[in-house]
Amino acid sequence: MKMKNNRILLVLALLAAFLVTMVAGCAKEEPKAPEQGQQPPAKELKLATTTSTQDSGLLDVLLPEFEKDTNYKVKVIAVGTGQAIEMGAAGDVDVILVHSRAAEDKFVADGFGVDRRDVMYNDFLIIGPAEDPAGIKGSADTIEAFLTIASKQAAFVSRGDNSGTDKKEKGIWTKAEITPAGAWYIESGQGMGDTFRMADEKKAYTLIDRATYLAQKDKYKLEIIMEGDKSLLNPYGVIPVNPEKFPNVDYEGATKFAQWLTSEKGQKMIGEFGVEKYKQQLFVPDAK
Amino acid sequence: MNIFVEGIKEGVYLIWQMDPEIIQITLLSLQVSLTALVLSAVFGIPAGAALALKRIPGKRIYLNIIYTLMGLPPVLAGLLVYLLLTYRGPLGQFELLFTPSAMVFAQVLLAAPIVCGLTARAVMALPQDVYDTAATLGASRRQAAAAIMREARIGIVAALTTAFGRVIAEVGAVMLVGGNIRWSTRVLTMSIVLETRMGNFSTAIAIGLILLTLSFIINLLILKLEKRTLRYDNTIQIT
Repeated sequence: MKMKNNRILLVLALLAAFLVTMVAGCAKEEPKAPEQGQQPPAKELKLATTTSTQDSGLLDVLLPEFEKDTNYKVKVIAVGTGQAIEMGAAGDVDVILVHSRAAEDKFVADGFGVDRRDVMYNDFLIIGPAEDPAGIKGSADTIEAFLTIASKQAAFVSRGDNSGTDKKEKGIWTKAEITPAGAWYIESGQGMGDTFRMADEKKAYTLIDRATYLAQKDKYKLEIIMEGDKSLLNPYGVIPVNPEKFPNVDYEGATKFAQWLTSEKGQKMIGEFGVEKYKQQLFVPDAK
Repeated sequence: MNIFVEGIKEGVYLIWQMDPEIIQITLLSLQVSLTALVLSAVFGIPAGAALALKRIPGKRIYLNIIYTLMGLPPVLAGLLVYLLLTYRGPLGQFELLFTPSAMVFAQVLLAAPIVCGLTARAVMALPQDVYDTAATLGASRRQAAAAIMREARIGIVAALTTAFGRVIAEVGAVMLVGGNIRWSTRVLTMSIVLETRMGNFSTAIAIGLILLTLSFIINLLILKLEKRTLRYDNTIQIT
Protein backbone atom coordinates (compact mmCIF):
# COMPACT_ATOMS: atom_id res chain seq x y z
CA MET A 1 0.00 0.00 0.00
CA LYS A 2 2.84 2.30 0.96
CA MET A 3 4.49 1.81 -2.41
CA LYS A 4 1.31 2.51 -4.25
CA ASN A 5 0.97 5.79 -2.39
CA ASN A 6 4.46 6.75 -3.39
CA ARG A 7 3.79 6.01 -7.00
CA ILE A 8 0.73 8.19 -6.86
CA LEU A 9 2.93 10.85 -5.26
CA LEU A 10 5.27 10.73 -8.21
CA VAL A 11 2.45 11.16 -10.68
CA LEU A 12 1.02 13.98 -8.57
CA ALA A 13 4.38 15.73 -8.42
CA LEU A 14 4.75 15.57 -12.18
CA LEU A 15 1.23 16.87 -12.62
CA ALA A 16 1.93 19.63 -10.11
CA ALA A 17 5.07 20.66 -12.00
CA PHE A 18 3.01 20.67 -15.14
CA LEU A 19 0.26 22.78 -13.58
CA VAL A 20 2.76 25.22 -12.14
CA THR A 21 4.13 25.86 -15.58
CA MET A 22 0.62 26.19 -16.96
CA VAL A 23 -0.26 28.77 -14.33
CA ALA A 24 3.04 30.52 -14.86
CA GLY A 25 2.35 30.43 -18.56
CA CYS A 26 -0.94 32.22 -18.01
CA ALA A 27 0.59 34.64 -15.58
CA LYS A 28 3.04 35.85 -18.19
CA GLU A 29 0.17 37.31 -20.15
CA GLU A 30 -0.93 39.51 -17.30
CA PRO A 31 1.59 42.28 -17.84
CA LYS A 32 0.03 42.87 -21.22
CA ALA A 33 -3.40 43.45 -19.71
CA PRO A 34 -2.89 47.07 -18.62
CA GLU A 35 -1.90 48.07 -22.16
CA GLN A 36 -5.12 46.63 -23.44
CA GLY A 37 -7.12 48.30 -20.73
CA GLN A 38 -8.17 51.41 -22.60
CA GLN A 39 -8.75 49.79 -25.99
CA PRO A 40 -10.18 46.56 -27.39
CA PRO A 41 -7.74 43.62 -27.34
CA ALA A 42 -5.19 43.66 -30.13
CA LYS A 43 -5.93 41.51 -33.18
CA GLU A 44 -3.27 39.15 -34.35
CA LEU A 45 -1.60 39.50 -37.71
CA LYS A 46 0.66 36.77 -39.05
CA LEU A 47 3.60 37.98 -41.09
CA ALA A 48 5.92 35.65 -42.97
CA THR A 49 9.12 37.39 -43.84
CA THR A 50 12.78 36.83 -44.53
CA THR A 51 15.44 36.25 -41.92
CA SER A 52 17.17 39.46 -43.07
CA THR A 53 14.41 41.75 -41.76
CA GLN A 54 14.46 39.95 -38.40
CA ASP A 55 18.19 39.34 -37.97
CA SER A 56 19.04 42.94 -38.91
CA GLY A 57 16.71 44.21 -36.19
CA LEU A 58 14.53 46.27 -38.55
CA LEU A 59 11.30 44.63 -37.43
CA ASP A 60 12.12 45.24 -33.78
CA VAL A 61 12.01 48.94 -34.57
CA LEU A 62 9.06 49.04 -36.97
CA LEU A 63 6.57 46.62 -35.44
CA PRO A 64 6.08 48.26 -32.02
CA GLU A 65 5.17 51.53 -33.80
CA PHE A 66 2.80 49.76 -36.19
CA GLU A 67 1.20 47.93 -33.26
CA LYS A 68 0.74 51.20 -31.40
CA ASP A 69 -0.81 52.90 -34.44
CA THR A 70 -3.23 50.14 -35.44
CA ASN A 71 -3.85 47.98 -32.36
CA TYR A 72 -2.62 44.89 -34.13
CA LYS A 73 -0.20 42.38 -32.66
CA VAL A 74 2.16 41.08 -35.32
CA LYS A 75 3.42 37.53 -35.14
CA VAL A 76 6.60 37.23 -37.15
CA ILE A 77 7.64 34.00 -38.81
CA ALA A 78 11.10 34.59 -40.24
CA VAL A 79 12.18 32.06 -42.84
CA GLY A 80 13.70 32.15 -46.32
CA THR A 81 11.76 33.99 -49.05
CA GLY A 82 10.89 30.66 -50.70
CA GLN A 83 9.31 29.28 -47.55
CA ALA A 84 7.63 32.60 -46.72
CA ILE A 85 5.96 32.64 -50.13
CA GLU A 86 4.86 29.01 -49.67
CA MET A 87 3.26 29.94 -46.34
CA GLY A 88 1.33 32.70 -48.11
CA ALA A 89 0.33 30.33 -50.91
CA ALA A 90 -1.07 27.91 -48.32
CA GLY A 91 -3.07 30.64 -46.58
CA ASP A 92 -1.23 30.09 -43.30
CA VAL A 93 -0.22 33.75 -42.91
CA ASP A 94 -1.97 37.06 -43.58
CA VAL A 95 0.79 39.00 -45.27
CA ILE A 96 4.32 38.45 -46.58
CA LEU A 97 7.30 40.80 -46.74
CA VAL A 98 9.91 39.30 -49.03
CA HIS A 99 12.58 40.08 -51.59
CA SER A 100 12.49 38.15 -54.83
CA ARG A 101 10.73 40.11 -57.54
CA ALA A 102 10.20 37.25 -59.97
CA ALA A 103 8.75 34.93 -57.31
CA GLU A 104 6.61 37.77 -55.93
CA ASP A 105 5.13 38.48 -59.36
CA LYS A 106 4.35 34.80 -59.82
CA PHE A 107 2.74 34.71 -56.35
CA VAL A 108 0.40 37.55 -57.42
CA ALA A 109 -0.18 36.17 -60.94
CA ASP A 110 -1.20 32.81 -59.44
CA GLY A 111 -3.83 34.62 -57.41
CA PHE A 112 -2.33 33.95 -53.97
CA GLY A 113 -1.57 37.57 -53.23
CA VAL A 114 -3.08 40.93 -54.15
CA ASP A 115 -1.91 44.51 -54.34
CA ARG A 116 1.87 44.10 -54.10
CA ARG A 117 3.68 47.25 -52.99
CA ASP A 118 7.30 48.28 -53.14
CA VAL A 119 8.58 48.93 -49.62
CA MET A 120 12.31 49.46 -49.71
CA TYR A 121 15.51 48.12 -51.08
CA ASN A 122 18.89 47.35 -49.70
CA ASP A 123 21.81 46.02 -51.62
CA PHE A 124 23.91 42.92 -51.74
CA LEU A 125 27.64 42.84 -51.25
CA ILE A 126 30.22 40.32 -52.30
CA ILE A 127 32.31 39.67 -49.24
CA GLY A 128 35.38 37.53 -48.89
CA PRO A 129 38.82 37.27 -47.27
CA ALA A 130 40.64 40.61 -47.16
CA GLU A 131 43.44 39.30 -49.40
CA ASP A 132 40.89 38.61 -52.16
CA PRO A 133 42.33 35.24 -53.30
CA ALA A 134 40.48 35.24 -56.64
CA GLY A 135 41.39 38.85 -57.34
CA ILE A 136 37.90 40.11 -58.12
CA LYS A 137 38.44 43.60 -56.78
CA GLY A 138 38.13 46.04 -59.63
CA SER A 139 35.93 43.78 -61.76
CA ALA A 140 33.72 45.78 -64.10
CA ASP A 141 30.53 44.22 -62.77
CA THR A 142 29.12 41.39 -60.69
CA ILE A 143 28.99 38.97 -63.59
CA GLU A 144 32.68 39.39 -64.28
CA ALA A 145 33.45 38.91 -60.60
CA PHE A 146 31.44 35.67 -60.49
CA LEU A 147 33.14 34.44 -63.66
CA THR A 148 36.54 35.05 -62.08
CA ILE A 149 35.56 33.22 -58.88
CA ALA A 150 34.37 30.23 -60.92
CA SER A 151 37.42 30.11 -63.18
CA LYS A 152 39.79 30.34 -60.20
CA GLN A 153 37.62 27.83 -58.29
CA ALA A 154 37.80 30.09 -55.25
CA ALA A 155 35.67 28.90 -52.35
CA PHE A 156 32.16 30.38 -52.49
CA VAL A 157 29.38 29.71 -49.99
CA SER A 158 25.87 29.77 -51.40
CA ARG A 159 22.70 29.87 -49.32
CA GLY A 160 21.28 27.10 -51.46
CA ASP A 161 17.91 27.44 -49.70
CA ASN A 162 15.78 29.01 -52.42
CA SER A 163 15.62 32.23 -50.41
CA GLY A 164 15.59 35.69 -51.97
CA THR A 165 19.34 35.98 -51.58
CA ASP A 166 19.80 32.53 -53.07
CA LYS A 167 17.60 33.39 -56.04
CA LYS A 168 19.57 36.58 -56.56
CA GLU A 169 22.83 34.64 -56.59
CA LYS A 170 21.47 31.95 -58.93
CA GLY A 171 20.28 34.74 -61.24
CA ILE A 172 23.81 36.11 -61.48
CA TRP A 173 25.25 32.66 -62.25
CA THR A 174 22.61 32.25 -64.97
CA LYS A 175 23.57 35.59 -66.49
CA ALA A 176 27.21 34.54 -66.36
CA GLU A 177 26.16 31.33 -68.15
CA ILE A 178 27.80 29.15 -65.54
CA THR A 179 26.39 26.25 -63.57
CA PRO A 180 28.44 26.40 -60.38
CA ALA A 181 29.53 22.99 -59.18
CA GLY A 182 32.52 21.40 -57.55
CA ALA A 183 34.27 21.38 -54.24
CA TRP A 184 34.73 25.16 -54.28
CA TYR A 185 30.97 25.78 -54.42
CA ILE A 186 29.50 25.16 -50.97
CA GLU A 187 25.75 25.21 -50.45
CA SER A 188 25.01 25.88 -46.81
CA GLY A 189 21.25 25.36 -46.94
CA GLN A 190 20.89 27.81 -44.07
CA GLY A 191 19.96 31.41 -43.29
CA MET A 192 22.10 34.46 -43.95
CA GLY A 193 23.70 34.59 -40.52
CA ASP A 194 24.68 30.91 -40.64
CA THR A 195 25.99 31.28 -44.16
CA PHE A 196 28.08 34.31 -43.16
CA ARG A 197 29.56 32.28 -40.32
CA MET A 198 30.32 29.36 -42.62
CA ALA A 199 31.95 31.59 -45.25
CA ASP A 200 34.10 33.12 -42.51
CA GLU A 201 35.21 29.70 -41.28
CA LYS A 202 36.02 28.55 -44.81
CA LYS A 203 37.62 31.86 -45.87
CA ALA A 204 35.22 31.88 -48.78
CA TYR A 205 33.33 34.46 -50.81
CA THR A 206 29.62 34.86 -50.35
CA LEU A 207 26.78 37.11 -51.42
CA ILE A 208 25.20 38.87 -48.46
CA ASP A 209 22.68 41.64 -47.87
CA ARG A 210 24.12 44.82 -46.43
CA ALA A 211 21.86 44.82 -43.38
CA THR A 212 22.98 41.40 -42.16
CA TYR A 213 26.60 42.20 -43.00
CA LEU A 214 26.64 45.43 -41.01
CA ALA A 215 24.81 43.91 -38.08
CA GLN A 216 27.27 41.03 -37.74
CA LYS A 217 30.54 42.11 -39.36
CA ASP A 218 32.30 42.73 -36.06
CA LYS A 219 32.08 39.05 -35.23
CA TYR A 220 33.80 37.85 -38.37
CA LYS A 221 36.82 38.67 -40.50
CA LEU A 222 35.41 38.79 -44.04
CA GLU A 223 35.44 42.15 -45.78
CA ILE A 224 33.51 43.84 -48.53
CA ILE A 225 35.16 42.95 -51.82
CA MET A 226 32.57 44.39 -54.14
CA GLU A 227 29.59 46.69 -53.75
CA GLY A 228 27.51 49.26 -55.55
CA ASP A 229 26.82 47.43 -58.81
CA LYS A 230 23.26 47.98 -60.07
CA SER A 231 22.61 44.27 -60.33
CA LEU A 232 23.22 43.98 -56.60
CA LEU A 233 20.11 45.95 -55.63
CA ASN A 234 17.65 44.01 -53.52
CA PRO A 235 14.06 45.28 -53.56
CA TYR A 236 11.54 44.21 -50.88
CA GLY A 237 7.82 43.96 -51.49
CA VAL A 238 4.85 43.53 -49.18
CA ILE A 239 1.91 41.42 -50.38
CA PRO A 240 -1.36 40.73 -48.53
CA VAL A 241 -2.64 37.20 -49.07
CA ASN A 242 -5.71 37.05 -51.33
CA PRO A 243 -8.85 36.90 -49.14
CA GLU A 244 -10.93 35.46 -52.01
CA LYS A 245 -8.71 32.41 -52.06
CA PHE A 246 -8.34 32.18 -48.27
CA PRO A 247 -11.34 33.54 -46.31
CA ASN A 248 -9.45 32.85 -43.08
CA VAL A 249 -6.82 35.53 -43.62
CA ASP A 250 -7.09 38.96 -42.07
CA TYR A 251 -7.03 40.99 -45.26
CA GLU A 252 -7.95 44.21 -43.49
CA GLY A 253 -5.01 43.88 -41.14
CA ALA A 254 -2.69 42.85 -43.95
CA THR A 255 -3.69 45.91 -45.96
CA LYS A 256 -3.22 48.14 -42.94
CA PHE A 257 0.26 46.69 -42.53
CA ALA A 258 1.10 47.27 -46.20
CA GLN A 259 -0.29 50.80 -46.03
CA TRP A 260 1.61 51.57 -42.85
CA LEU A 261 4.93 50.31 -44.23
CA THR A 262 4.49 52.46 -47.33
CA SER A 263 3.14 55.47 -45.41
CA GLU A 264 5.23 58.56 -44.82
CA LYS A 265 5.88 57.51 -41.25
CA GLY A 266 6.82 53.92 -42.05
CA GLN A 267 9.08 54.99 -44.89
CA LYS A 268 10.81 57.58 -42.72
CA MET A 269 11.49 54.99 -40.02
CA ILE A 270 12.90 52.54 -42.58
CA GLY A 271 15.19 55.25 -43.97
CA GLU A 272 16.48 56.17 -40.53
CA PHE A 273 16.97 52.60 -39.34
CA GLY A 274 20.56 51.81 -38.44
CA VAL A 275 21.94 55.25 -39.38
CA GLU A 276 22.81 56.08 -35.82
CA LYS A 277 24.44 52.72 -35.13
CA TYR A 278 26.22 51.99 -38.41
CA LYS A 279 26.64 55.54 -39.77
CA GLN A 280 24.96 54.43 -42.95
CA GLN A 281 21.52 53.63 -44.29
CA LEU A 282 20.67 49.92 -44.26
CA PHE A 283 17.41 50.07 -46.18
CA VAL A 284 16.36 52.70 -48.70
CA PRO A 285 12.59 53.31 -48.66
CA ASP A 286 11.13 53.34 -52.18
CA ALA A 287 7.34 53.12 -51.87
CA LYS A 288 5.51 54.88 -54.69
CA MET B 1 37.83 29.24 -24.59
CA ASN B 2 36.95 32.81 -23.84
CA ILE B 3 33.56 32.35 -25.47
CA PHE B 4 32.62 29.61 -22.98
CA VAL B 5 33.50 31.80 -20.02
CA GLU B 6 31.51 34.64 -21.58
CA GLY B 7 28.62 32.24 -22.13
CA ILE B 8 28.62 31.02 -18.54
CA LYS B 9 28.82 34.59 -17.25
CA GLU B 10 26.00 35.68 -19.49
CA GLY B 11 23.90 32.68 -18.51
CA VAL B 12 24.24 33.47 -14.82
CA TYR B 13 23.53 37.12 -15.58
CA LEU B 14 20.40 36.29 -17.59
CA ILE B 15 19.03 34.16 -14.76
CA TRP B 16 20.09 36.65 -12.09
CA GLN B 17 18.45 39.54 -13.94
CA MET B 18 15.25 37.50 -14.40
CA ASP B 19 15.19 38.80 -17.98
CA PRO B 20 11.45 38.69 -18.78
CA GLU B 21 11.94 37.35 -22.28
CA ILE B 22 14.23 34.53 -21.15
CA ILE B 23 11.77 33.65 -18.39
CA GLN B 24 8.87 33.56 -20.80
CA ILE B 25 10.87 31.41 -23.21
CA THR B 26 11.95 29.05 -20.42
CA LEU B 27 8.42 28.68 -19.08
CA LEU B 28 7.08 28.02 -22.56
CA SER B 29 9.73 25.34 -23.09
CA LEU B 30 8.71 23.68 -19.85
CA GLN B 31 5.03 24.02 -20.56
CA VAL B 32 5.25 22.55 -24.06
CA SER B 33 7.61 19.71 -23.18
CA LEU B 34 5.92 18.73 -19.92
CA THR B 35 2.51 18.76 -21.57
CA ALA B 36 3.90 16.56 -24.32
CA LEU B 37 5.44 14.29 -21.70
CA VAL B 38 2.21 13.95 -19.69
CA LEU B 39 0.20 13.21 -22.82
CA SER B 40 2.81 10.72 -24.01
CA ALA B 41 2.70 9.00 -20.61
CA VAL B 42 -1.10 8.85 -20.67
CA PHE B 43 -1.06 7.13 -24.08
CA GLY B 44 2.32 5.45 -24.00
CA ILE B 45 2.40 3.63 -20.66
CA PRO B 46 -0.92 1.75 -21.07
CA ALA B 47 -0.15 1.03 -24.72
CA GLY B 48 3.31 -0.27 -23.86
CA ALA B 49 1.96 -2.42 -21.03
CA ALA B 50 -0.79 -3.83 -23.21
CA LEU B 51 1.68 -4.59 -25.96
CA ALA B 52 3.89 -6.45 -23.51
CA LEU B 53 1.23 -8.35 -21.57
CA LYS B 54 -1.58 -9.16 -23.98
CA ARG B 55 -1.61 -11.87 -26.57
CA ILE B 56 -1.63 -9.87 -29.78
CA PRO B 57 -1.12 -11.45 -33.18
CA GLY B 58 1.92 -9.90 -34.88
CA LYS B 59 3.25 -8.48 -31.62
CA ARG B 60 6.83 -8.48 -32.92
CA ILE B 61 5.88 -6.34 -35.90
CA TYR B 62 4.11 -3.81 -33.66
CA LEU B 63 7.12 -3.67 -31.37
CA ASN B 64 9.40 -3.27 -34.36
CA ILE B 65 7.32 -0.35 -35.61
CA ILE B 66 7.33 1.32 -32.19
CA TYR B 67 11.10 0.90 -31.88
CA THR B 68 11.53 2.42 -35.33
CA LEU B 69 9.34 5.40 -34.40
CA MET B 70 11.56 5.96 -31.34
CA GLY B 71 14.05 7.21 -33.90
CA LEU B 72 11.58 9.38 -35.83
CA PRO B 73 13.49 12.39 -37.17
CA PRO B 74 12.11 15.51 -35.44
CA VAL B 75 11.96 17.48 -38.68
CA LEU B 76 9.89 14.73 -40.28
CA ALA B 77 7.52 14.68 -37.30
CA GLY B 78 7.29 18.46 -37.62
CA LEU B 79 6.58 18.28 -41.34
CA LEU B 80 3.80 15.72 -40.82
CA VAL B 81 2.16 17.89 -38.17
CA TYR B 82 2.68 20.96 -40.34
CA LEU B 83 0.89 19.34 -43.28
CA LEU B 84 -1.96 18.21 -41.01
CA LEU B 85 -2.43 21.68 -39.53
CA THR B 86 -1.85 23.93 -42.54
CA TYR B 87 -4.97 25.84 -43.58
CA ARG B 88 -5.68 23.51 -46.49
CA GLY B 89 -4.74 20.44 -44.45
CA PRO B 90 -7.14 17.94 -42.81
CA LEU B 91 -7.08 19.76 -39.45
CA GLY B 92 -6.71 23.24 -40.93
CA GLN B 93 -10.00 24.58 -39.63
CA PHE B 94 -8.74 24.58 -36.04
CA GLU B 95 -6.05 27.13 -36.90
CA LEU B 96 -3.45 25.47 -34.71
CA LEU B 97 -0.39 26.12 -36.88
CA PHE B 98 2.18 28.40 -35.23
CA THR B 99 0.71 27.85 -31.74
CA PRO B 100 2.15 26.05 -28.70
CA SER B 101 -0.53 23.37 -29.19
CA ALA B 102 0.98 22.48 -32.55
CA MET B 103 4.36 22.16 -30.85
CA VAL B 104 2.91 19.83 -28.20
CA PHE B 105 1.31 17.77 -30.96
CA ALA B 106 4.65 17.34 -32.74
CA GLN B 107 6.49 16.50 -29.52
CA VAL B 108 3.93 13.88 -28.52
CA LEU B 109 4.65 12.23 -31.85
CA LEU B 110 8.30 12.08 -30.82
CA ALA B 111 7.88 11.15 -27.16
CA ALA B 112 4.95 8.68 -27.17
CA PRO B 113 6.83 5.93 -29.07
CA ILE B 114 9.72 6.23 -26.60
CA VAL B 115 7.43 5.91 -23.58
CA CYS B 116 5.50 3.08 -25.21
CA GLY B 117 8.54 1.16 -26.45
CA LEU B 118 10.60 1.43 -23.26
CA THR B 119 7.58 0.60 -21.09
CA ALA B 120 6.98 -2.53 -23.15
CA ARG B 121 10.66 -3.42 -22.77
CA ALA B 122 10.60 -2.89 -19.00
CA VAL B 123 7.48 -4.99 -18.56
CA MET B 124 8.69 -7.80 -20.81
CA ALA B 125 11.96 -7.99 -18.88
CA LEU B 126 10.14 -9.07 -15.70
CA PRO B 127 10.23 -12.74 -14.69
CA GLN B 128 7.01 -14.75 -14.83
CA ASP B 129 7.27 -15.09 -11.01
CA VAL B 130 5.91 -11.59 -10.58
CA TYR B 131 2.56 -12.60 -12.00
CA ASP B 132 2.58 -16.09 -10.50
CA THR B 133 3.28 -14.79 -6.99
CA ALA B 134 0.54 -12.21 -7.25
CA ALA B 135 -1.87 -14.83 -8.59
CA THR B 136 -0.95 -17.27 -5.82
CA LEU B 137 -1.64 -14.60 -3.26
CA GLY B 138 -5.12 -14.34 -4.72
CA ALA B 139 -4.78 -11.18 -6.75
CA SER B 140 -7.36 -10.49 -9.43
CA ARG B 141 -6.14 -9.96 -12.99
CA ARG B 142 -6.32 -6.23 -12.42
CA GLN B 143 -4.37 -6.39 -9.18
CA ALA B 144 -1.80 -8.65 -10.78
CA ALA B 145 -1.36 -6.19 -13.65
CA ALA B 146 -0.88 -3.39 -11.09
CA ALA B 147 1.78 -5.48 -9.33
CA ILE B 148 3.58 -6.00 -12.62
CA MET B 149 3.57 -2.28 -13.38
CA ARG B 150 4.91 -1.60 -9.91
CA GLU B 151 7.79 -3.98 -10.53
CA ALA B 152 8.50 -2.31 -13.87
CA ARG B 153 8.46 1.22 -12.49
CA ILE B 154 12.19 1.85 -12.74
CA GLY B 155 12.03 1.08 -16.43
CA ILE B 156 8.98 3.28 -16.83
CA VAL B 157 10.67 6.19 -15.07
CA ALA B 158 13.63 5.66 -17.39
CA ALA B 159 11.21 5.84 -20.31
CA LEU B 160 9.82 9.14 -19.02
CA THR B 161 13.24 10.74 -18.45
CA THR B 162 14.41 9.63 -21.89
CA ALA B 163 11.27 11.00 -23.52
CA PHE B 164 11.61 14.28 -21.64
CA GLY B 165 15.22 14.56 -22.70
CA ARG B 166 14.23 14.09 -26.30
CA VAL B 167 11.49 16.73 -26.38
CA ILE B 168 13.14 19.44 -24.28
CA ALA B 169 16.26 19.31 -26.45
CA GLU B 170 14.52 19.04 -29.80
CA VAL B 171 14.37 21.94 -32.24
CA GLY B 172 13.51 20.70 -35.73
CA ALA B 173 9.87 19.87 -35.12
CA VAL B 174 8.92 22.82 -32.92
CA MET B 175 10.70 25.29 -35.21
CA LEU B 176 8.68 24.09 -38.18
CA VAL B 177 5.24 23.99 -36.59
CA GLY B 178 5.77 26.79 -34.06
CA GLY B 179 7.44 29.26 -36.39
CA ASN B 180 9.82 30.68 -33.76
CA ILE B 181 7.48 33.60 -33.04
CA ARG B 182 8.82 35.96 -30.39
CA TRP B 183 6.73 36.11 -27.18
CA SER B 184 4.51 33.40 -28.59
CA THR B 185 6.14 30.17 -29.74
CA ARG B 186 9.86 30.71 -29.21
CA VAL B 187 11.41 28.08 -26.93
CA LEU B 188 14.93 27.65 -25.58
CA THR B 189 16.22 25.46 -28.40
CA MET B 190 14.96 27.89 -31.04
CA SER B 191 16.63 30.77 -29.22
CA ILE B 192 19.90 28.88 -29.37
CA VAL B 193 19.50 28.49 -33.13
CA LEU B 194 18.52 32.14 -33.55
CA GLU B 195 21.40 33.50 -31.47
CA THR B 196 23.85 31.24 -33.31
CA ARG B 197 22.46 32.48 -36.62
CA MET B 198 23.03 36.04 -35.47
CA GLY B 199 26.57 35.22 -34.41
CA ASN B 200 25.90 35.78 -30.68
CA PHE B 201 27.68 32.63 -29.60
CA SER B 202 28.01 33.50 -25.92
CA THR B 203 24.26 34.19 -25.64
CA ALA B 204 23.60 30.88 -27.39
CA ILE B 205 25.81 29.08 -24.86
CA ALA B 206 24.11 30.94 -22.02
CA ILE B 207 20.67 29.77 -23.17
CA GLY B 208 22.05 26.27 -23.62
CA LEU B 209 23.18 26.31 -20.00
CA ILE B 210 19.74 27.40 -18.87
CA LEU B 211 18.24 24.49 -20.80
CA LEU B 212 20.65 22.00 -19.25
CA THR B 213 20.00 23.38 -15.77
CA LEU B 214 16.29 23.01 -16.34
CA SER B 215 16.73 19.40 -17.48
CA PHE B 216 18.89 18.73 -14.46
CA ILE B 217 16.23 20.03 -12.06
CA ILE B 218 13.39 18.11 -13.70
CA ASN B 219 15.42 14.88 -13.68
CA LEU B 220 16.45 15.48 -10.08
CA LEU B 221 12.78 15.72 -9.19
CA ILE B 222 11.90 12.54 -11.04
CA LEU B 223 14.82 10.57 -9.57
CA LYS B 224 14.20 11.79 -6.04
CA LEU B 225 10.65 10.54 -6.20
CA GLU B 226 11.76 7.28 -7.72
CA LYS B 227 14.18 6.82 -4.85
CA ARG B 228 11.40 7.29 -2.34
CA THR B 229 9.38 4.55 -3.92
CA LEU B 230 12.40 2.28 -3.68
CA ARG B 231 12.92 2.72 0.04
CA TYR B 232 11.14 -0.51 0.90
CA ASP B 233 12.63 -2.49 -1.92
CA ASN B 234 15.98 -4.09 -2.28
CA THR B 235 17.78 -2.83 -5.33
CA ILE B 236 20.64 -4.89 -6.64
CA GLN B 237 23.94 -4.41 -4.86
CA ILE B 238 27.44 -5.83 -4.86
CA THR B 239 28.37 -6.68 -1.30
